[in-house]
Amino acid sequence: MALLEVQNLEIAVSAKGKLLPVVQSVSFSVDDNETLGIVGESGCGKSLTALAIMGLLGGTTVRITGGSIRFDGMDLLTLSERERRSIMGNQMAMIFQEPMTSLNPVYRIGDQIIENIRQHQKMTKAQARDRVVELLSLVRIPNPSERVDSFPHQMSGGQRQRVMIAMALSCDPKLLIADEPTTALDVTVQKEVLDLMADLQTRMGTAIILISHDLGVISETSNKVAVMYRGRVAEAAETESLFLELAHPYTRGLLNSMPVVDSDVDWLEAIPGRVPTLEEELTGCAFHPRCASATELCLTTVPKETEFKHGHSVQCHFPGKVAP
Amino acid sequence: MSEPLLSIVDLKKHYHTKSLWPFGKKQVIKAVDGVSFEIAPGEVLSLVGESGCGKSTVGRTLTHLEQATSGHALFEGQDFLMMSSSEFRPLRREIQMIFQDPFASLNPRLKIEQTLGEPLFIHGLCSTWEEARNKIAIMLETVGMDPMVMKRHPHEFSGGQRQRIGIARVMILKPKLVIADEAVSALDVSIQAQVLNLIKKLQQDSGISMLFISHDLGVVRHISNRVAVMHEGKIVEIGLKNEIFEAPKHEYTRKLLSSIPRVKTGRELV
Ligand SMILES: Nc1ncnc2c1ncn2[C@@H]1O[C@H](COP(=O)(O)OP(=O)(O)OP(=O)(O)O)[C@@H](O)[C@H]1O
Ligand SMILES: Nc1ncnc2c1ncn2[C@@H]1O[C@H](COP(=O)(O)OP(=O)(O)O)[C@@H](O)[C@H]1O
Ligand code: SF4
Ligand SMILES: [Mg+2]
Ligand SMILES: [Mg+2]
Repeated sequence: MALLEVQNLEIAVSAKGKLLPVVQSVSFSVDDNETLGIVGESGCGKSLTALAIMGLLGGTTVRITGGSIRFDGMDLLTLSERERRSIMGNQMAMIFQEPMTSLNPVYRIGDQIIENIRQHQKMTKAQARDRVVELLSLVRIPNPSERVDSFPHQMSGGQRQRVMIAMALSCDPKLLIADEPTTALDVTVQKEVLDLMADLQTRMGTAIILISHDLGVISETSNKVAVMYRGRVAEAAETESLFLELAHPYTRGLLNSMPVVDSDVDWLEAIPGRVPTLEEELTGCAFHPRCASATELCLTTVPKETEFKHGHSVQCHFPGKVAP
Repeated sequence: MSEPLLSIVDLKKHYHTKSLWPFGKKQVIKAVDGVSFEIAPGEVLSLVGESGCGKSTVGRTLTHLEQATSGHALFEGQDFLMMSSSEFRPLRREIQMIFQDPFASLNPRLKIEQTLGEPLFIHGLCSTWEEARNKIAIMLETVGMDPMVMKRHPHEFSGGQRQRIGIARVMILKPKLVIADEAVSALDVSIQAQVLNLIKKLQQDSGISMLFISHDLGVVRHISNRVAVMHEGKIVEIGLKNEIFEAPKHEYTRKLLSSIPRVKTGRELV
């Protein structure tokens, strides 16, 4: 059994007295030393899936309506609040897109990490401070014993994101969820942060879920990939198999939409139309209004998840049959 | 090459900031520090570089959203950089700007027809609303929207649709030069591709010149004829697109290009 197993996860949003599904029968697993990439356009349910795993879907508007999340053999959704908290704090950590909003501007970064460590582990202040300096040097902050006293605004975006990684690592999590961790960063800094995450994984064996809208980032960092479209996993496979086959029309469309740096094309093969909003009810395959391969069947029937190849699943009536 | 439509010579924009400390020194931020380039009629020049390198500042000084510190900017031979706003007014229609967040630049209280129509009257491009609505309908069709949307308000549209409206608002004035600042950066990949294709098509059909500001090298390769790479307020390398992407000379350009994560499709070797 893998470290994290998400099965048939369902999340719904209540709006105007209705319960709208935002995440539907999403399944995947991640193991130690593995990076799962979740890719998709904005609003497809990536962040909600991450927050559900972290147990951060509080409140009444968004809630889990089905499925299971098993971590280290425990079913997180049936644990008591207290048991859950202790797992979330100690064994899982999350980093968010905008490091500035997750750091408190009025406290020194060191104090913020110390606070975080002492919430979850018994340590004196001095011990925790030493640990923080160690962590800051681990994430390659220059002069860590001085920078520990810096305020967030005194650091660059890339440094702040590295501080967030240090914070996330402060309690040696088994699972790290990074939601668009480099989207706000410059490409050269992005490369440093991604290299750093890969390096830390090699050293500590952390399982990573990396969420991104950038197929390039996913391709370079992940062992396996789940492509999401409007709340569902359209295609999931080992990274190599996924990009070799592009068995779901949406995956292929997404790749063709990307302007690349290594070759010239006159016109991009854009996917027509747009992602339907939550309120728009759709029958059949959610991608059918935009899909060149759609048939009558696609308009009426939601495609089941089918095993296209070993370990490569596709939610499409005609997997792999897309025109090259 | 024909006479350039736009020539920028030694453009500078320095910001003077007060130190946070009472007796601290004043700081000078050289956001743009001696930038020169030319754009020929019908040409797309991209300005690419990392956050804070001064790209937007170039755009803002050229559209008089901000006063430049020094330099020259010649539009059809006429130096407009230091003009007063009344002197610059006749050029406003000719030099138009498309922004990253079209929502911020569309007045939420106005219907689309007002947003697109009023500038037509201001610049004397039409005299009756009937005439204006005709132009608006044609323009909306051109950017791939149903003319009926002119009766609606900005909040009713998705990001991609709002950017189409933003483009329509600029193109309807038939400018000679469009400065697009991160015009597709906020859009999802599949929508970004549609809007990029649209910008490229409109640019080619109308033959306007464009200064395309972007941090995304893939986008830049797709849209430009020439590329200028900016770093810390200066252009470190400028050249034809293929020179920049296939044989980059400057170390910084090479670093940028090598940092971009690429999709490995497994078909590369085939
Ligand atoms: N009003 C201002 N006062 C002081 N400094 C400023 C001002 N506007 C911009 N700057 C500084 O000038 C530099 C260039 O800014 P500019 O907005 O042109 O960057 P950019 O290349 O467009 O970056 P991005 O890709 O993040 O949009 C930055 O260091 C910025 O902090
Ligand atoms: N707190 C919330 N209340 C209502 N709807 C939400 C909430 N959070 C997200 N949604 C909606 O759920 C869908 C999925 O959101 P999200 O998981 O954030 O997408 P993304 O893939 O961009 O991370 C979107 O349509 C979004 O608007
Ligand atoms: S099920 Fe039909 S509409 Fe959906 S992706 Fe497959 S071919 Fe296209
Ligand atoms: Mg998100
Ligand atoms: Mg800018």
